[in-house]
Amino acid sequence: MDQLATSLDSIPVLGVAFQLIGYLVATVPVIAPVFVALAAPIALGALCGVMNERSGIVNIGIEGMMLTSAFTAFLAAALVAQAIGPTSATPIFGVTIPLLAGVAVAILTGMLVSALHAWLSISIRADQIISGTIINIMAFGVTGFLNRLVISPNPRLGAGIFRPLAPPAFLVDVPVVGWLVKAFFAQGPIAMSVVFLVILLQVWLFRSRWGLRTRAVGEHPKAAETVGIDVIALRYRNVILGGIFAGLAGAYLTLEQSGSFQNGMSSGRGFIAIAAVIFGRWTPLGSFGAALLFTASEALRVAISLSPPTGQLGDVLRFIPAEFFGALPYLVTLVVLVAAVGRSVPPAAVGKPYVREART
Amino acid sequence: MTVDGRPRRPFWRRGRFGRVWAIAAVPVASVVLALVVAAVIILISSVVTTGSLDVSLPLVAYAALVQGAFGSESALLNTILQATPLVLGGLAVGVGFKAGLFNIGGQGQFLLAATAAAGVGAALATAPGPIAITAALLAGILAGALWGLIPGALKAFSGAHEVVTTIMLNSIAAAVIGYLILGPLLAPGFSFGRTGDLGNAVLPIVLGDNIHIGVVLAVVAVPIVWWLLYRSTLGFEIRSVGANPSAARYAGMRPAGLTMLTMSLSGLLFGVAGSIEILGVSHFMIPSYGTSIGFDAIAVALLGRSHPFGIAAAAILFGALRAGAGLMQVLANIPVEIVDVIQAIILLFLAADIVVRRIFRIRAAEALTDLETVTSSYAGRVR
Repeated sequence: MDQLATSLDSIPVLGVAFQLIGYLVATVPVIAPVFVALAAPIALGALCGVMNERSGIVNIGIEGMMLTSAFTAFLAAALVAQAIGPTSATPIFGVTIPLLAGVAVAILTGMLVSALHAWLSISIRADQIISGTIINIMAFGVTGFLNRLVISPNPRLGAGIFRPLAPPAFLVDVPVVGWLVKAFFAQGPIAMSVVFLVILLQVWLFRSRWGLRTRAVGEHPKAAETVGIDVIALRYRNVILGGIFAGLAGAYLTLEQSGSFQNGMSSGRGFIAIAAVIFGRWTPLGSFGAALLFTASEALRVAISLSPPTGQLGDVLRFIPAEFFGALPYLVTLVVLVAAVGRSVPPAAVGKPYVREART
Repeated sequence: MTVDGRPRRPFWRRGRFGRVWAIAAVPVASVVLALVVAAVIILISSVVTTGSLDVSLPLVAYAALVQGAFGSESALLNTILQATPLVLGGLAVGVGFKAGLFNIGGQGQFLLAATAAAGVGAALATAPGPIAITAALLAGILAGALWGLIPGALKAFSGAHEVVTTIMLNSIAAAVIGYLILGPLLAPGFSFGRTGDLGNAVLPIVLGDNIHIGVVLAVVAVPIVWWLLYRSTLGFEIRSVGANPSAARYAGMRPAGLTMLTMSLSGLLFGVAGSIEILGVSHFMIPSYGTSIGFDAIAVALLGRSHPFGIAAAAILFGALRAGAGLMQVLANIPVEIVDVIQAIILLFLAADIVVRRIFRIRAAEALTDLETVTSSYAGRVR
C-alpha cells in the first residue's frame, strides 16, 4: 500500500492532466471519424426510442430489434449476392444491389418487430417492459438458431460492406474545422445519414402537426382523443415507423461496420440508446449528443490503442488495466443516467396503456 | 347440473386443484402452443436445409427430446442438474417481480459470484473441506448480493430504472471478471486464463455421478422463498411495495429500503446459482464463461408466474429442454438452439395471453404477473 502511495506521489498530477488535455487535442481530430461511426447505431436506436416514448410507449426491445435487423440485413444481402453473382459497385459508398436489398430488408424487419411490440403493448396491453424484454429474448434465440442453421454451414456467405466516403481534400485541409468535415463526411451512407435523420426528426417532432399530435398523445392521450386524434392509430404508426431507425442501426452493424454476423453482436447498444434517450431529454438532438458522449469513452480506447500516449501520461495509463477501457462506455452510461434521471422529465403518459372510453 | 340450475363445473375447475388450474392454465396452454409452433419451425427449417419434407420429423425430434431428458437415470439426473441454476435464477427474478422490480442483471450477478467463489475456493484449496466450501459459497453469495444491491441503491436514490442499470452492470461485470481472472486470480501453469484448482472446495457429489450438494440448496430455496414471500412480515412488505408503492409508504413501509433489500436478495439468489455452478460443476472459472442465465431466469419466472412452486415447475421444464436438446440434435439433426426459440415462443404466448385464452377457451383469471409497477416506475417517476 505504501509502495503504491509513494509511486502515486511521484506522479505530478497537474502535469499529467495537462498532458492528457494535450493528448486529446492532438488525437480527437484523428479519431473523430471513428467516434461518429461508433455513435451511429446508438443514435439510431435512440431515435427509435424517441419515436416510441414520445407517443407514450416504453421500448426496451430496441436491442432485440437491432439484432434481428442486423441478422436479416446480412442474410438478405448475402442471399441476393449469391443469387445475382458479382455486380459492380457505385464509386461513392460502394453501393451494390445486395447491400441495398439488405438495408431494405433490415428496415422491414425493424418495422415488423416494432409492429409486434406495438400489438403487445397497445392492443394486448401487456406490460411494456415485459413486452420489450420478450422481444430481446426472442431476437437472441431466433437469430442464434437461424445463425446455426443457415449462416454457420456456409462460411463464404457475405456481401461486403458499404465504403466510407472520401471527402475532397481541399475541405478536409481547411484549418480548424477541416477535421469536423472529415468526422461527419468520411462515413458510410448509414452513419452519414444519422445527422440528417436527427435534424429531420427534431424538426418534425417540434415544428409539425404530426409532431404536436405525437407529443400530445404521449403527454395526455385522453385530451388528445377529445380533440379528435386517434390515439391508438397514432401510437401504432409511430411505434412501427420507429422500427425504421432500429432496422437501420441493425443494417449498420452488419453491412457497414463488420460485414459478418455474430450472435448477440448488438452487445448492449440498444440499452445504451435508451439511456441516451433519457439523458437527451426525449429529444432527437439531445439523444444524439448523449450517444456521442457515451461513445467518447470507447473512442478514447481506440485512440490509445492506435497512438499510445508517451511520457508520464503513458505511465499512468499503463497502470489502468485494459479491461477498464472495455467497461468505460457502460460505466459512463451508468453514471450519466443516474445523474440525468429525475432531472429530465419523461412524457407523462409513457408506459401507460391507453383504454378508449366506451361510447354510451 | 347443480341445484341452482347452472351447469356443474368440470372436475378440473373444482376445489383446491381448480384454484391452481385457474393460475396454471395459461402457462400450460402456452407451452403446448409453443411446442406446436416449434414443430412447424422444425419442419420448415428441415425443408430449407435438406430440401425434403418429412412430416414425422417433429415427432422424432420431440421423442428424442423426452428420451434425452427423462429416458434414463443419467438423463433424469442431467435434467435436475440443468434445472438447478434455473430454479435459483427464477426465484431471484420472481422475488424482484413481487416487489415491482425487474432484475435483468442476473448474468452479471451470476458471473461475479462464480468468479468470487472460484477465487476463494482456489485460495482455500488445501483447507479442510467444510471451511473451504463455506467460505467459497459465502464469497460468491456476497458478491452476487452486492452486485444486486448496486442497481437497487441507484433506483432507491436516483430513480434510474433497474432495466437499464442492470444491463450496464452486466457489461461492467464482464470486464471486472476478465480483469480478476487474468490478473489477481490467474492460476499459473495453464495454457489459457483460468482460476486455480478448487481442491477441497469442490462440492461433494450426493447422487449419481454429477448431482452435487448444491442441488439441495436449490431445492431448499423454493420453500424458503415461498415462506419469506407469503408468510413473513418482510415478504408482506415486499409484496405491498410491488402492488402499490404509495400505499406501502403510507402504511409506514420504506419503499427505498425495500427496493435495495429486494434487489440484494435477488442478486444473492443469482449468487448462489453462480457459486454452486462453479463449485459443483465447472470447478474453475474462465473469462469467457458463457451463460444466458439472466434471460433464461426471466423466462422461468414469467412461466412460473413469480410463484416459487410455479418457478420450480418451469425450471424443471426448461432444464428438461436443455438436457434433452443434445440427443435431439444427434437423432433429428435439429440445432440445440431450438430450445431458445421454444423458450421465446412460450414467452410470446404468455404476453399475448388473450390469444391463448381464446384458443383454449380459458376464462380470464388474474393478469399474467403482478407487474403494474415495473413499467410505471420507468424513468424514475414512481419511487
